[in-house]
Amino acid sequence: MKHLLSAGDLSRDEAVLILDTAAAMAATQERAIKKLPTLRGRTVVNLFFEDSTRTRISFETAAKRLSADVINFSARGSSVSKGESLKDTALTLQAMGADAVVIRHSASGAPHVLARSGWTRGAVLNAGDGTHQHPTQALLDAFTLRRHLVGRRHGTDAAGQDLAGLHVVIVGDVLHSRVARSNVELLHTLGARVTLVAPPTLVPVGVEPWTCEVAYGLDDVLATGPDAVMMLRIQRERMADGGFFPSPREYTRSYGLDARRLARLPEHTIVLHPGPMNRGLEISADAADSPRAVIVEQVGNGVAVRMAALYLLLAGADRPTGETE
Amino acid sequence: MTAYLLTGARPLGEESTDVLVVDGQIAALGATAADTAVDTAAERVDATGLVLLPGLVDLHTHLREPGREDAETVASGSRAAALGGYTCVHAMANTSPVADTAGVVEQVWQLGRDAGYVDVRPVGAVTVGLAGERLAELGAMAQSHAAVRVFSDDGRCVADPVVMRRALEYAKAFDAVIAQHAQEPRLTAHAQMHEGVVSAELGLAGWPAVAEEAIVARDVLLAEHVGSRLHVLHLSTAGSVEIVRWAKTRGIDVTAEATPHHLYLTDELVRGYDPRFKVNPPLRTAVDVEAVRAGLADGTIDIVGTDHAPHPREDKDCEWAAAAFGMTGLETALSVVQAAMVDTGRMTWADVARVMSVGPARIGRVADQGRPLAVGEPANLTLVDPAARRTVLPGEQATASVNTPFAGMELPGRVVATFLHGRPTVLDGRLVRPGDR
Repeated sequence: MKHLLSAGDLSRDEAVLILDTAAAMAATQERAIKKLPTLRGRTVVNLFFEDSTRTRISFETAAKRLSADVINFSARGSSVSKGESLKDTALTLQAMGADAVVIRHSASGAPHVLARSGWTRGAVLNAGDGTHQHPTQALLDAFTLRRHLVGRRHGTDAAGQDLAGLHVVIVGDVLHSRVARSNVELLHTLGARVTLVAPPTLVPVGVEPWTCEVAYGLDDVLATGPDAVMMLRIQRERMADGGFFPSPREYTRSYGLDARRLARLPEHTIVLHPGPMNRGLEISADAADSPRAVIVEQVGNGVAVRMAALYLLLAGADRPTGETE
Repeated sequence: MTAYLLTGARPLGEESTDVLVVDGQIAALGATAADTAVDTAAERVDATGLVLLPGLVDLHTHLREPGREDAETVASGSRAAALGGYTCVHAMANTSPVADTAGVVEQVWQLGRDAGYVDVRPVGAVTVGLAGERLAELGAMAQSHAAVRVFSDDGRCVADPVVMRRALEYAKAFDAVIAQHAQEPRLTAHAQMHEGVVSAELGLAGWPAVAEEAIVARDVLLAEHVGSRLHVLHLSTAGSVEIVRWAKTRGIDVTAEATPHHLYLTDELVRGYDPRFKVNPPLRTAVDVEAVRAGLADGTIDIVGTDHAPHPREDKDCEWAAAAFGMTGLETALSVVQAAMVDTGRMTWADVARVMSVGPARIGRVADQGRPLAVGEPANLTLVDPAARRTVLPGEQATASVNTPFAGMELPGRVVATFLHGRPTVLDGRLVRPGDR
């Protein structure tokens, strides 16, 4: 694995290896001294063309816990707005000796362009590109699902196991969601069954080949007793043209997760949300704060999964900063 | 007196013969050509096995001058055109300033004459500044030295149905055609690629086929209503082919164009997010490519237009969303048409002449281009070696830009010689400077 660009690039065994490694990383995070020497002398650049304090802090924490040097590069305004181009930014970072570039960009495919271009020799980690992919989010979701739904069943950390047999429902703004795209691919690879639920206006044209089912009625799907329900954030900032649904109230009535719907779910069903939440829109406070919600735990698992991804991308390739391949 | 004897050429791919060119005209064909050549001391051009076509005519070229000389100039685009086998190109109006006045179209026309490689026929804008609101002075452009007969806001759609209706009506006064870039703007806000399976996976905003088809359908009905001539630029979807086919059976005076890239490439190529494949209208599906090929073969689609759209490197050396739409095409068009249509057995070389020379000249009302290969006709000629194969190398092209989607691909056919009004602009596949002969 040279880069981590799309969840769909991962084989079942690669994905399980990342989850197992994340489990080992998570175990170290229980200790009083959380820092590992693994990536000492390596440089990780967080290249964020799009604001995301949560994801940046998660990657930053992961890199620092592995003793890597971290550079945060907040490149506000890509070439779209006539700032510095992706190319020049990448060349600059390469000159500074980046071993890994964690890139967040509003343009779908920007990490792929970076990985293919030769502008950087480092590993490229996609930390979310436009409405395309967010592979570490899917990995942390899978990690969380495995811990709760596979590990608990077997009374272990579920090392080596995938998500075979689980039914995961993903609800909301699929059209604009990189989280949904990455999860559909990864959860399928790991053997889970995925059902997307959304109003038809928020399902992309061309969804047919996706490895999931698509439904428009949330209550019918919840009645089948899924193992997990993942609520997606309504991305109002991507809805400038509007008209995707008549009103927030109608959306909440049809697709919001509230106490009433929560009560009808099986006892073991967990609730996920990638954050940040629109409380009162796609998820009610009752649901968000209920014991079934593992939303805060997802954040913690994000650090472990990102430690695993950085470790697997960088520790294997044994080349210190500044030397070529 | 200048004279050239093309020996062993195959007019429209038929039986080989000799062709004598004297002072800008085809002076003799067959056995008499060689005899006459002795008297005229004609320079001999070995055309053995080469297909002879009337010089190619492009109805859809972006030469970028004035305004974007960093992407292309009339001179560099003219050289690219000659190397591609063209003797006439129509320069689209979306320059800076826009070609919406007699002054600008005459400037472009004069630059074309100065370059001297092809006849440059300026296209005039339909509306002032391509804004889609007020008609530009079509009459002034038609009556200028540039004698504009094709009007288009290409790059933008004349979306307002009333403006489109008036343009269609008004252009009748000087036998001009309105060439429409069919793109419903509201349905394509922020659009990045064809809307379908690939866009859903890649998370790129979709450009649905219906956004083209809705405008094509509206415009053929408008053209019928007012009895005007309509030309549909770069038709790209199976549905558009069906609508144009229907319109023609109804007797509507509509012509349609396909680009080489819509005959050969699909949206699957977007998967790598390489902006060389970003174009408007976007690359469509294999089903659409097949429908466009079928439409070109059966005459529903009248012509091939390159939509040659050069862009400076920095506009393609970036993330997909930031990249410009468009790809170059002048130096690859004939090869792509050969690959897609001739080598697949769907068209003859006579058909190629029809869709790449005769048809565009007729639509653009260019009197001395796209003429028959007969004695007394103007000697605008192209010699192509259909047996050659070549790998497309962007850096070796004459266009000032490198954004060809065919880079690295092996394509059939090579333009060996091009004659403009009896004078070679290309010999042995290399440019001949206008003053050199």
